[in-house]
Amino acid sequence: MLTNLFDGVAYGMLLFVMACGLSVTLGLMNLINLAHGAFAMAGGYVTVILVNRLGVPFFAALPLAFVASALIGLALERTLYVHVYRKSHLEQVLFSIGLVFMAMSGVTYTLGSQQVFVHLPAFLSQRFDVFGVSVGAYRLFIIVVCGVLAAALQFAVARTRFGSRLRAAVDDPVVARGLGINVNLVFAVTFAVGSGLAGLGGALGAELLGLDPSFPVKFMVYFLIVVAVGGSAGMTGPLVAALLLGVADVSGKYYLPQFGAFIIYVLMIVVLLWRPQGLFGRAAR
Amino acid sequence: MSAREQNIAAASQALAETSRVKPAEIVFWLAALASFFLLPEQHLLLSEVLITGLFALSLDLVLGYGGIVSLGHAAFFGFGCYAAGLATKHGVTDPLLGLALVAVLTGALGFATSFLVLRGSDLTRIMVTLSVGVLMGELANRMAWLTGGADGLQGVAPGLLLGRFEFDIFGQVAYAYTLCVAFVLFVLARRFVHSPFGWSVRAVKENALRTSAIGIPVNRRLVVVYTLAAAYAGIAGGLLTQTTQFASLDLFSFHRSADLLLILIIGGTGYLYGGLIGALVFKLIQDAIANVTPQYWEFWIGLLLVSFVLIGRERIVGLPGLVWRRLRGRA
Amino acid sequence: MIRMLPRLIPRGLSAAVLCGALLAVSLPAAAQEAFKIGLILPLTGPSQSTGKQINAAVKLFMSVNGDMVAGRKVEVILRDDAGVADTTRRVAQELVVKDHVAVLAGFGLTPLALSVAPIATQAKVPMVVMAAATSVITEKSPFIVRTSQTLPQVSSTMGTWAAGQNIRKVVTLVADYGPGLDAEAWFNKAFKAAGGEVLDSLRVPLANPDFAPFLQRVVDTRPDAVFVFTPSGFGAVFIKQFIERGLDKTGIKLIGTGDVTDDDQLNDMGDVTLGVVTAGPYSASHASPENKAFVSAFKAANAGMRPNFMAVFGYDGMQVIYDAIKKTGGKGDGAALVAVMQGAAWESPRGPVAIDPATRDIVQDVYIRKVARVGGELFNEEFATMKQVRDPAHGATP
Repeated sequence: MLTNLFDGVAYGMLLFVMACGLSVTLGLMNLINLAHGAFAMAGGYVTVILVNRLGVPFFAALPLAFVASALIGLALERTLYVHVYRKSHLEQVLFSIGLVFMAMSGVTYTLGSQQVFVHLPAFLSQRFDVFGVSVGAYRLFIIVVCGVLAAALQFAVARTRFGSRLRAAVDDPVVARGLGINVNLVFAVTFAVGSGLAGLGGALGAELLGLDPSFPVKFMVYFLIVVAVGGSAGMTGPLVAALLLGVADVSGKYYLPQFGAFIIYVLMIVVLLWRPQGLFGRAAR
Repeated sequence: MSAREQNIAAASQALAETSRVKPAEIVFWLAALASFFLLPEQHLLLSEVLITGLFALSLDLVLGYGGIVSLGHAAFFGFGCYAAGLATKHGVTDPLLGLALVAVLTGALGFATSFLVLRGSDLTRIMVTLSVGVLMGELANRMAWLTGGADGLQGVAPGLLLGRFEFDIFGQVAYAYTLCVAFVLFVLARRFVHSPFGWSVRAVKENALRTSAIGIPVNRRLVVVYTLAAAYAGIAGGLLTQTTQFASLDLFSFHRSADLLLILIIGGTGYLYGGLIGALVFKLIQDAIANVTPQYWEFWIGLLLVSFVLIGRERIVGLPGLVWRRLRGRA
Repeated sequence: MIRMLPRLIPRGLSAAVLCGALLAVSLPAAAQEAFKIGLILPLTGPSQSTGKQINAAVKLFMSVNGDMVAGRKVEVILRDDAGVADTTRRVAQELVVKDHVAVLAGFGLTPLALSVAPIATQAKVPMVVMAAATSVITEKSPFIVRTSQTLPQVSSTMGTWAAGQNIRKVVTLVADYGPGLDAEAWFNKAFKAAGGEVLDSLRVPLANPDFAPFLQRVVDTRPDAVFVFTPSGFGAVFIKQFIERGLDKTGIKLIGTGDVTDDDQLNDMGDVTLGVVTAGPYSASHASPENKAFVSAFKAANAGMRPNFMAVFGYDGMQVIYDAIKKTGGKGDGAALVAVMQGAAWESPRGPVAIDPATRDIVQDVYIRKVARVGGELFNEEFATMKQVRDPAHGATP
């Protein structure tokens, strides 16, 4: 029972780190970006190449995965995404689906279609008991890393100067511009950090979720659920939504294996019908 | 005649003008008819194109006229496929009767789920339609005793069409049948969108607030158009099952809904022909690319999507014309 | 336009019938043109590794054996179906109608093969199944011949063997689709028949890669072993999580079908696979001169890629087709080709195999293998053999 809860929390934390960037970009630029999972995939593959082929230690590879995905994100934001902010949601959807397709076959072409794994250091694949609850070291590691990240993000958004600019820009970009805030810069930085976090999540999750070129499509729905249910107002909504999703998914599969796949979708439809702006959302602009 | 009456007369004449059959439309359907006689080897592909086109047309009703972005339209298509297959297996072997049944059933499903897309933002609608699609697929997977699960629905043997024609392996009857059904449905859809009711749906898309201010019930309009589109998608699915005698879980996949959006963007939304033309162009592109790089055609489809959005549809579609004018101007 | 409609329909239809009749008359193709094989494989989509392996094996077979058989040039027309059944069906229909292929081959997944079965029957074209493994396929058309494997074949072998190894209580865990259910049913049947007890049968949705909750159920049930079937590609995640959850430390053994420890991916899966016991018809380390030659030629032609069971299934599929062309002198129609395919027997890289004349299904040795490190690489090392196993499911219920 507690082990399930623990697994669910680890899964949820992972989803949060991967999806939180998406929620900010949606809230800030009203951008529907279905290609977010591609950045997570990029991070995962960077880690695999670094660790398995070049022999870089796992812990050194994680920040590198973050940096690599952030740079890819920044480059794409400046060259491509910047042109679609003003377009309709439909065009944004098409654009990002196009990016997903390109990313998927690009990876297939260069790295092959088979599932790949990161070679973890041995001590992370241990397992031990904490107060009678059986706990996997790697999942614990994920919870700690993601928990620290979540706290840091919360702090950055709530307490720093950049965070207050970000919140101002989300609340009303026009007024924020009038106040002299460089909204474009704020957005570029946020997009890059969001992509980097997705990449880090992908790097951490490659071991747990499996990594192959179809990754962006497989998890797209999960990311969108986190954002849609959590709302795009801050960090708390997506975090709670991700944890709920993780726990519901894992325990659903444990207790009701026949209906496992239904639970999250039904849950999401119900939440969205009840509160179309998400659990923590605010009214649409 | 008072000024007001004159205005009304002018407006109704302008509306009637748009609904008049244009020469290009006659050419289009004559070409479709001619393809039947001139391209006997391509009937299988053409049937698939036409069915996809009909499916895209139904999304056009939702998106181009109703303004609802749906990523789960394949739910209705797949449902129609399975409904037609199961009806055939369980006694309703007459193809036309089967199609009518499918239309009613899918319409009912569309009506029931239409209430889910009335509320919320584009994101909410995308999520809800996506989830309905996934749920339908999962349902079909779970109810393996009925649907055959992941093995697909086997042994669908539709009866003789009109009591006379057997579906042959060359796809002749299938194509003739698909062509006729598509034509009838197209004519009906054309009448629908040019009716006062159809115009009021377009008004909802343009500005829901103002439309409701002049007394048009916005939600009711959307429910009707969504239901109609669902029935169309279902019929397209039904046609597919009847002509291929098979249905599989892939019908519900995300890929189908995404491809469909691309088709509609290639062909253009809001004038009904977009779906049919887009489906033809999409299949031709897909075949051409797949012949060159069978493993990586997805990449080029993705590139196409991205460039459509970035460069703009008008410029890409207008390119051949532009080049032609340039060349002529120079000569 | 609308008023024209009533006139259009009957004309279109009568024209359709006319065209159909004309084509049907002109169909029998000239005898001495190339012998065309329509090869339909998933080259894109989630099952593309299957397509890649089979395609490579078919090319290898043709480069080893040449493309002239019994005076006829053999030509393979390769088409991609992306693993989508209605595409498979349309492509197959086109190959038959437009290209006049003499044989259809390939079929990466069960639904893909099933969707084409009616076409094989209708057009009387032999259909050589090179991958799909649900038992029922060959019963769907008298023109289907299978050179791959069937899941009842391997999983019942595993059930019988496991019961003899001091494994008393088992939990089964399979991917929730046709082949998975086949594997579950026939493992359970064989295992129970040999005196074992099945504590729980879990089915994992294909779309859900997280095995954690299912594995937790396995832990809580405390069996002696867990029997697993996942399609090739999912096995790695499963084994990883099995180890990560410490199931190996609790003494629960991991047994399964050969799909779980796919030769193509074994090295990438890493040391966690060491000691996993599976039942399967082919291992790249199978000790025979035929296999040594096959593996080295395959690697040389494909930049070091190791052949897996799919490659051998495809290779043998070509063997059956070539053999049939030879026996019929290059002149046989579909029925004649199938007739000589039934009862064919040859030495494959996997060992001695034959086509059962009664069921048109493959009869082959099924090996019990254990993953071990040999010369720096991971292999499925064969250590026990069940001779000439037939598919137990034909004409029986689990």
